[in-house]
Amino acid sequence: PPPPARTRSTDVGSLLKLSVQPSRGLVDEKWKIVLQNATPSCSVTLHAHCTCEDGHNWEAFGHYTSDATGTVDGFLRPVPGSKPGLRMRKTNIQVPTVVTISVYQGHHNMGFTDRVLLASVVVERWYMAPGVRRIPITEGGLTATLFLPPGSGQFPGILDLWGGGGKLVEYRAALFASHGFASLALDYLTCKVTTDTGLVDDEYFETAYRVLQQHPQVMGSRIAMLGLSLGTSITLKMATYSDVIKLRCAVCISGSHVQPVGGSLKDILELFEKNHKKAYVNEEKQVIMRNLLLPIPSEPSLKADVGRLQCSLLLVVGEDDQNWPSYESALDMKEMMEKAGNVHLLTVLSYPNAGHLIEPPYSPHTRYSNFVSVGRREKITVGVLCIWVCLHYSMIHVSSLFFHGHSLHIRCLSN
Amino acid sequence: MSDCVLVCNVFNTYIFLYRGLLIMLRALAPIISVAPVRAMMDERFSVLVENLPPAAPVTVQSHHYSDDQDDWEAYGHYISDHNGTVSVSKHLSFGGTYSGVEPMGLLWSMCPVPGSRMGLRLRKKDVCTPLVVNISVYSGHDGFRDKKPLASAITERWYMAPGVKRIEVNENGVRGTLFIPPGPGPFPGILDMWGGGGGLHEYRAALLASHGYTALALEYFKPGELQTANLKFQYFENAFRIIQDHPKVNPDSVGILGLSLGSSIALGLAAYSNIIKPRACVCIGANHTNGLEVHESKDGFINLEQAIVDENNHHIWRNIGLAMMRDPSNLVDVQRINCPVLLVSGQDDQNWPSVEMADDITQKMHDVGKAHQLTRIDYPDAGHLIEPPFSPHFRATNFMVKDKYKVIVLWGGQTKPHSDAQEDSWRKILVFFQQHLYSITSPKAKL
Repeated sequence: PPPPARTRSTDVGSLLKLSVQPSRGLVDEKWKIVLQNATPSCSVTLHAHCTCEDGHNWEAFGHYTSDATGTVDGFLRPVPGSKPGLRMRKTNIQVPTVVTISVYQGHHNMGFTDRVLLASVVVERWYMAPGVRRIPITEGGLTATLFLPPGSGQFPGILDLWGGGGKLVEYRAALFASHGFASLALDYLTCKVTTDTGLVDDEYFETAYRVLQQHPQVMGSRIAMLGLSLGTSITLKMATYSDVIKLRCAVCISGSHVQPVGGSLKDILELFEKNHKKAYVNEEKQVIMRNLLLPIPSEPSLKADVGRLQCSLLLVVGEDDQNWPSYESALDMKEMMEKAGNVHLLTVLSYPNAGHLIEPPYSPHTRYSNFVSVGRREKITVGVLCIWVCLHYSMIHVSSLFFHGHSLHIRCLSN
Repeated sequence: MSDCVLVCNVFNTYIFLYRGLLIMLRALAPIISVAPVRAMMDERFSVLVENLPPAAPVTVQSHHYSDDQDDWEAYGHYISDHNGTVSVSKHLSFGGTYSGVEPMGLLWSMCPVPGSRMGLRLRKKDVCTPLVVNISVYSGHDGFRDKKPLASAITERWYMAPGVKRIEVNENGVRGTLFIPPGPGPFPGILDMWGGGGGLHEYRAALLASHGYTALALEYFKPGELQTANLKFQYFENAFRIIQDHPKVNPDSVGILGLSLGSSIALGLAAYSNIIKPRACVCIGANHTNGLEVHESKDGFINLEQAIVDENNHHIWRNIGLAMMRDPSNLVDVQRINCPVLLVSGQDDQNWPSVEMADDITQKMHDVGKAHQLTRIDYPDAGHLIEPPFSPHFRATNFMVKDKYKVIVLWGGQTKPHSDAQEDSWRKILVFFQQHLYSITSPKAKL
């Protein structure tokens, strides 16, 4: 008997061929998406979808007219109807994020699951390269995870600190290890020590540094510290004042040097608490916190004395940071270092229209997200990201720097 | 995009600052990186070593521990540039298992490490897991293995793209494994057949599915059954129908890919079947002996008494094929074939006279005005086993003829030209299938 008749697909063109390269990439690698065999000049929507670990769905899409092969300038945002204020952060970084890339006929902005799917492929994005080892660390009372690159050699080290949201966030450290750095992700706000006895002091960070320094596969003289947001405060504090921590260089993302000199972590947090009234709530009920540390004080006892720094410092700031006055702080730090004569150690990367959460490349941008700070739960805004920064940073050498212009206004409004 | 370039220029200054930092921080540990670090088996990668002293002699080595528990390696001797960098993609290898500028030499020139068993062949059995390759850089050229590596990286090479489904088939007597691409379909289909070594080999079908074809890797006899297997036409027709009938396959777009004996079966099906009509055929190691008929004869497929054995005790069987060609009743009537055919042959094929057979097929198709259906590619210095790209080349390997009776069969080919043939032919095979299976409308007008 003849083979069964089967309906051909649509007027887009039979047997559409969709491919994505690479199909398995590190999170910071670019994609190339190619669609072939569509009929000329037909409208298609390329759509990316993934379900993150907590069950929420994220999508991105781009409208194309066929006969163009090209890249998709998409980003991931929560699907309409999702819980507002989502932020996509991977917790289990040992498995990849699986993204489905699909093609739909016509130009659409929503309702994808109800539409006829013409073709789709699956891609994996990994935070860990093959051979990277993940080692939980509890030595010295730390709550930390060490990521080691493959191989028996010695590697430069990075002490990786996130911000006021706390928890043990591993994905950035895993990425650094995938690029050849022994990286220690450290929880310093919601760690075991804090649960047991209260906020940590300088010794906690010095212990973390020592654990890294004394590891047989870490080059003890090549350790850097990387901090984002509140992590910047810690990084600057340690880089400037610690006798134990000797950094090769420091990277501070979206933070400030404003802090009580000689104060502990507790003192730093109390400074924010004290100024909490300076925060205000906008029309969209989003909390803007950048004024907490403004104006930048002129009194030396209220800011880390970066003029004392002996290691290189990279400051990464978004000029539209609504959460911290990182741009103003960077300007002030530059001035302090000019006066002290060590400004040759400073590099400032300042991105117009970038917000607070400058994350590894191609992470979804969140205009605002729910933020559970230590002590209170509130929704805060983290700034409008209109130019997406693809920043590939490394302590010892900068590999590349990309810019990706993209107008997100329409999408932001629809959020 | 112009905005991007403008803003990029502004930050070039920061890049220069960091290059300065790099120069300041000399005498760091070397670092080796592979990009992409996870790739499909047929994708290229680039291997870069940095932070070496300038003008340093180093050896970049790849190592793989196979499913069969053998160690395979390849290596190239390099000299770092003034920046202390070695780029395998761009720099010259001065010796090792490959030389010259060979971005993929660390894979295709792999061979068993000294002291291994003889006649080995590297073929992945489990296609759901990647082939893991360790790439290391050592100081010096001679005796590099005695030292500890300066740096290592691990890279994964996959046969299956994410989302490809693997389904074991045992239906209607047909034994094989079906690979289905992700997505709603429908997809074109391919019947994938290997040669006289027998067994079930999934890796090429998995790769085809990763390129958007529903592919069935077919087992038609077990290793060692070459002489005794009872091959029936209907078996292959059933296998082809299984693909056609699959809900995610476009039944008008099913082709056949066969190597060696598989190639003869492909041509036989295209010429004689009344039930199935392949849309296109690819034959690697052109072979138009009528494998299915010949099996009925008393000598079996290979008359070992006619085999030539060379000074290394390797079996050369090409003369057996030449002898068969002299009797037309041994050959498929290729003039009956109505679909496009691609013939891929190695000019140094010692196992089968594929070039001579391709010549004969070409002549016969030309005689009946069907030359336009035929595309043929002959690769100089390539052997019989033209495999997917970057697979190591084997000049002679173990082959089980009957029960436990093993010989070492000479396949031919010189490693570098054979590897080039593998890379080039795969690309051409994919384009051929895309042209004939993915595009429904014929490019030619009907007169």
